[in-house]
Amino acid sequence: MSYLGYPDFFEPHIRKVEATRPARVEKRKKGEEFPFMSLEERQEILKYHPDYKEEGRREIRVGASKGYRIAHEFVDLLEARSKVDPDKVSLSRHDYEADVLIIGGGGAATIAALIAEANGAQVLIATKLRHGDANSVMAEGGIQAATKPEKDSPYFHYLDVMGGGHFKNDADIVAALVKQAPDALRWLESLGVIFSKFPDGRLDAMHGGGTCRKRMHYCADLTGLEIMRTVRDEARNRANIRVLEFSPAVELILNEHGQVAGALLYNMETGEYLVAKARAVILATGGAGRLHVQGFMTTNHYGATADGIVLGYRVGVPLAFMHTVQYHPTGVVFPEQIEGWLITERFRAEGADILNAHGEKFVNEREPRDVESARFIKECLDGNGVPTPTGKVGVWLDSPMLDILHGEGRVRTAFVGKWKVYDRLGIDISRAPTLVYPTLHYQNGGLQDNAECETAVPGLYVAGEVTGGLHGENRLMGNSLMDIVVFGRIAGRNAAIFAREKAKDGGLTLEHVKRYHGELEEAGIVTDRVAPILLPDYARPEVKKKRLTVNYLETSM
Amino acid sequence: MSVKENNKNPAETTVKEKKQLAVKLIPVHIMGKRYEVPEGLTIMKAMEYAGYRFIRGCGCRGGTCGACGTVYRKPGDYKLQVALACQKTVEPDMYVAQIPFFPANRAEYKFTELTSAPEEVFRLYPELFRCVACNACTKACPQGIEVMDAISALKQGNITEAARLSFDCIQCGLCTSRCLGELAQYHMFQLARRIYGARILSRAEHLAEMVKAVEEGEYEEALEKLKGMNEEELKRAYQEREVEPVSAGEDWKPKDKRYL
Repeated sequence: MSYLGYPDFFEPHIRKVEATRPARVEKRKKGEEFPFMSLEERQEILKYHPDYKEEGRREIRVGASKGYRIAHEFVDLLEARSKVDPDKVSLSRHDYEADVLIIGGGGAATIAALIAEANGAQVLIATKLRHGDANSVMAEGGIQAATKPEKDSPYFHYLDVMGGGHFKNDADIVAALVKQAPDALRWLESLGVIFSKFPDGRLDAMHGGGTCRKRMHYCADLTGLEIMRTVRDEARNRANIRVLEFSPAVELILNEHGQVAGALLYNMETGEYLVAKARAVILATGGAGRLHVQGFMTTNHYGATADGIVLGYRVGVPLAFMHTVQYHPTGVVFPEQIEGWLITERFRAEGADILNAHGEKFVNEREPRDVESARFIKECLDGNGVPTPTGKVGVWLDSPMLDILHGEGRVRTAFVGKWKVYDRLGIDISRAPTLVYPTLHYQNGGLQDNAECETAVPGLYVAGEVTGGLHGENRLMGNSLMDIVVFGRIAGRNAAIFAREKAKDGGLTLEHVKRYHGELEEAGIVTDRVAPILLPDYARPEVKKKRLTVNYLETSM
Repeated sequence: MSVKENNKNPAETTVKEKKQLAVKLIPVHIMGKRYEVPEGLTIMKAMEYAGYRFIRGCGCRGGTCGACGTVYRKPGDYKLQVALACQKTVEPDMYVAQIPFFPANRAEYKFTELTSAPEEVFRLYPELFRCVACNACTKACPQGIEVMDAISALKQGNITEAARLSFDCIQCGLCTSRCLGELAQYHMFQLARRIYGARILSRAEHLAEMVKAVEEGEYEEALEKLKGMNEEELKRAYQEREVEPVSAGEDWKPKDKRYL
């Protein structure tokens, strides 16, 4: 038996939501909102955020950011050895050559490839999974840009980005984003990205958490997918962009002049390590949700394992803002098949209420993500969460309100992706609310760079989630998609220019890896951990215990 | 109790906790080989439970990337069914096999040279007319897209309709794997959507205006001012900024027009 597709267990809880719904809808119609927190109140609530849990982190003992306290899961990867013995790698010959090598195959990588190619470079993309398998494709909500001069400007976008990031963001990087965002959007439009528009071409837009103007542009609730598949399609049309799939980089290679000059790639299917030589390299490997920081579930793609952080750190790039990790407020708690999955913030932006077990509102739905998440955690700790049959807890997102507020069918058309996922599990979210709890979503920080996507190492550029600075301590919705477009383009252009004008020929080396190993030993770190890990392993412990292979078993022809 | 001690996350699920839940095991045949897995898992999670570590056939794990196209058959039923491994829940005795790659034909083109004339699509994909309207593609679509209708629209030169119908295509290729006429529907739809987005849908004029204003340096002064602010000044400007109401219509305008 079930109630609106949920097990009977939930019926009394859902009825409480239904009981308060008419009055809440009336308030929404009148424009009455739950008050926003002041900056002081936000600080108080943030004590409930997982980032503020000291036992969740420790100091890194080696490298350019030695002494920096970040999550154990990251430190474990940085205090680990290379996947290869650098002495065994022959660098006298190379297997691939390009002007610009791009590591990663998501939005930032693909966009960088398009622009590097347009600037005359021969481009090689080396990626771990398929081209396009990345968090970019999963971004549902939207992409921020100030596009309506009568009510918005880069000035307000800048303020919002800063406010979301606790005013700690890198000012130059933020300014570059907000200034170039409109042109980035126009570029996507020219490539054929189908934005949700009014009949006259005017872009639809809405609020996101922490925005003061409606500047969240979108392609239904498949914004990232639509952008990714369009730029990938364009990349496939360009003869000077080659793509190597299932071939992640495991080390960057330097040359005798200290410039980045390629990478060591790993063919995951044949087990070979291959040398790719390049005149400039762009790291665009994305995020780290699959590390499951503090045991949290994640919304992230299978390949989000912080590979780029490991590679960049080993060649000497410092970290920035890695002490904060973003938990998206609305991850699915039930049904368990889709536990941890993202419910886009746009549900809240369009007016769906967040409710506790009593069917009451307790927070404005559009606080910045870290504040919103921390507030949910507090509400549940205070005993006002909605329980599940397997002992978890969450809060309601009252999605059916959107059909009442915006007309029958709104959920089904504007949120078609999510509606279908639930529908397959027997729940119609235009009639039943969804149960949510914060889920690990985004790596706010990363490798330190500047507004030109340059790093501490000449010839090495970075773009997208792997970087740190733009979002400060907390990213706002819609700025990650704009991040990959704006900085993908900048990285692509600058890497192509570096390859043409500044790159010098010289012998290749992995000496930095040996030095890093030496540092680990000096710090007394004795470990058999290797990084990057490339993929998570979800086999159950009983299976892992029986994996007893001691070495490769070779056969001869 | 201090906040810190109290700050444990009630919805955290660790492997240990999962183990404690009583689970019923059901048999499934993964590429012909029998394993027992807990009921209620998706095909993907069931394969991992069995010990698989995916290289291919696994992507976003959220039903939007198309990496995990899977065919399956249930006992006593001749019918082959399709699903995404990350979405479909295992059923007792089902036989599953993944199709992680399909060698589909994709036409290359210079997008800047394409117009919205349907003949361009016909030229790039002449096999479009090999469609025999068997509807196997529609039945194979895990997204519930009316694939055959979208192909019919394309044959009739209705690019807009093809783009609209195929908008939630995740390009998993399952339609193509079942197609009698050997069409690569998902590549054709991609072309249709790009033509629709760039050549048929009206362009955003306000966007072009904004780009021009930025290029002409209209916001330089305001941004320089912001960049020069210390944290306290920034906080003040942040708190004083006017917030557009959620219920505001498209014609809303702020009172403070200084930084527009």
